[in-house]
Amino acid sequence: MSTVLIVAEAQPDGHLRKATLHALAAGKDLSQKTGAPLHLAVLAEDPAKLAEQLKPYGAAVIHTVASPAFAHYVAESFAPAVAALASSIGADFVGTAATAQGRDLMPRVAARLKAAMASDVLAFSGSGTDVTFTRPMWAGSVIADVKLKTPVKVFTVRATEFSAAEPGGAAAEVKAFPAPGEVTGSPTQFVAFNEVKSARPELTEASIVVSGGRGTKGDFKEIEALADELGAAVGASRAVCDAGWVPNDLQVGQTGKVVAPKLYIAAGISGAIQHLAGMKGSKVIVAINKDPEAPIFQVADYGIVADLFKVLPELRAAIHSSKS
Amino acid sequence: MKILVTAKRVEDPESKIKVKADGSGIVQEGLKYKINPFDEIAVEEGLRLAAKLGGEVVVVSIGAKEVQEQLRHALAMGATKAVWVNHAGALDPMSAAGLLKAVIDREKPDLAILGKQSIDDDQNQTGQYLAEWLGWSQATFASKPESLESDAEKAKTPAIQVAADGKSAQVVREVDNGLTTLSVKLPAIVTTDLRLNLPRYASLPGIMKAKNKPIEELTPATLGVDATPQVEVVKMSAPPPRKAGVKVGDVQELFTKLKNEAKVI
Ligand SMILES: Cc1cc2nc3c(=O)[nH]c(=O)nc-3n(C[C@H](O)[C@H](O)[C@H](O)COP(=O)(O)OP(=O)(O)OC[C@H]3O[C@@H](n4cnc5c(N)ncnc54)[C@H](O)[C@@H]3O)c2cc1C
Ligand SMILES: Nc1ncnc2c1ncn2[C@@H]1O[C@H](COP(=O)(O)O)[C@@H](O)[C@H]1O
Repeated sequence: MSTVLIVAEAQPDGHLRKATLHALAAGKDLSQKTGAPLHLAVLAEDPAKLAEQLKPYGAAVIHTVASPAFAHYVAESFAPAVAALASSIGADFVGTAATAQGRDLMPRVAARLKAAMASDVLAFSGSGTDVTFTRPMWAGSVIADVKLKTPVKVFTVRATEFSAAEPGGAAAEVKAFPAPGEVTGSPTQFVAFNEVKSARPELTEASIVVSGGRGTKGDFKEIEALADELGAAVGASRAVCDAGWVPNDLQVGQTGKVVAPKLYIAAGISGAIQHLAGMKGSKVIVAINKDPEAPIFQVADYGIVADLFKVLPELRAAIHSSKS
Repeated sequence: MKILVTAKRVEDPESKIKVKADGSGIVQEGLKYKINPFDEIAVEEGLRLAAKLGGEVVVVSIGAKEVQEQLRHALAMGATKAVWVNHAGALDPMSAAGLLKAVIDREKPDLAILGKQSIDDDQNQTGQYLAEWLGWSQATFASKPESLESDAEKAKTPAIQVAADGKSAQVVREVDNGLTTLSVKLPAIVTTDLRLNLPRYASLPGIMKAKNKPIEELTPATLGVDATPQVEVVKMSAPPPRKAGVKVGDVQELFTKLKNEAKVI
């Protein structure tokens, strides 16, 4: 029988990545449209805890795959297990969230399944096996409806387009799937993970994001101070990451992270299409820029033509005094 | 060391892309084309490795005759020779990977460096398909741990660290929340991220030399590959526009609007 298989993702510290709940919501939507039951795969050295945590989120079955080879994620260990599981349960649809891991892993899974793939899916339409995948192209300048012509269809979903699955309903049945021998034969070895530690909320999960661009000239103090006043995450344009002013993983855009907070404040960012691709789904956008012609104003709900070094402290002070 | 790199032809990222009224594609008029920016980074990394370790850089592009411009660009940057897979039809990551695999089977490089993503289809898949079909290691989203303004970058040192015995390499990758380091067995597939290097400009002598460098022409038929795409784009449309916003006069007005109108703070 046809199945929708979603692959869960754990953080390097073993905790669930919230993106998985968005992928599960996408899986539920697809399951309703196709009539295929929703299954979830949890791969880990010891997947029991994650599986237990994920039980109430709407999957009919959770398949746990355990192996010491999963202690650190590498595509060459994960892909054979996901593909073997997908084949064994007759999955027609195999997907996950479009995180760095999801993007790295799923094409390799698709290759094993001789399946075509759609990346960064925004929506599904159709019914039965006739499904259309809606996805962005050219940095979101084009929204394309695509069909995958192979029997098995693989995808990653854009987490911001599917609200996180909520717990409730029947608990999933948990089944153990034996890891195929290949998972221990990876030609690639994990060496190290250098985590960028931050006390601020995760960029893709924050409800407010304050981003700085080249206009900051590398001085992020006011960006960070406003972010902290608001309990917000900090983001950046490519120019800022390229210059090494902030860590790379703060880049918002076509080739960075996609965010859709309730409030996005862009300071000293011109608004190149590649940047807009990562933030124009935000509910409210504020642009602070000295140049009245800057393209960022075309997507901003509220724009202010002024020096960011003047605006940011004033705004922070106004917010601060309204609290007390 | 033999390094294979790619040079996909894409619309200039500065171009404004518009969808045709009938949704059948994008308006081609007035567009400029370039090497995919991630592929230019791949060519640069290949050249740096070849300069450090000795060896050659073979550049491959799949497409109609115009893609020879992108091959010449890579040759002008310093690539040794080019392979043009002459294919006029639509392509998807699966068919591109199938063709690249056949080229790799012929060329037998020690390392292949691709872009992480084509800026037209934004799929971010080809290198991973290719690695699986070759049974090779993959290191996607390769980055340089030092900043692009560091001395290491100014010295044009490669970021990919090939072991002394040539059997493996260490690659630093951009992932969510940090950087991870992998050791890949060679031959391997690496895909580039933005912070791997700053590609050089082609010099005038480079451009002159490129004119005499060989471009080998192949086709899907000569490679024995069925390049029929399995991803079919049925319709394109413009994204929904955002409703027009307002400019505010001062910070107090901005604060008031955010608090009382948008109610987001
Ligand atoms: C392949 C590719 C992928 C890319 N991917 C991404 C991506 O994912 N994300 C991304 O962001 N970009 C991406 N880019 C880059 C993008 O095209 C732009 O170059 C980049 O977004 C510009 O960054 P910026 O707005 O900070 O800098 P600029 O364009 O230089 O803009 C700086 C702005 O700051 C304003 N300013 C200066 N001083 C002040 C001040 N004191 N107060 C207020 N305003 C001030 C200026 O008026 C200007 O508008 C990509 C490009 C390519 C080719
Ligand atoms: N037609 C092509 N010619 C050469 N390389 C290609 C082609 N299509 C894809 N690639 C390579 O695959 C990478 C990723 O493309 P994609 O999977 O389409 O995002 C590109 O950056 C190129 O390195």
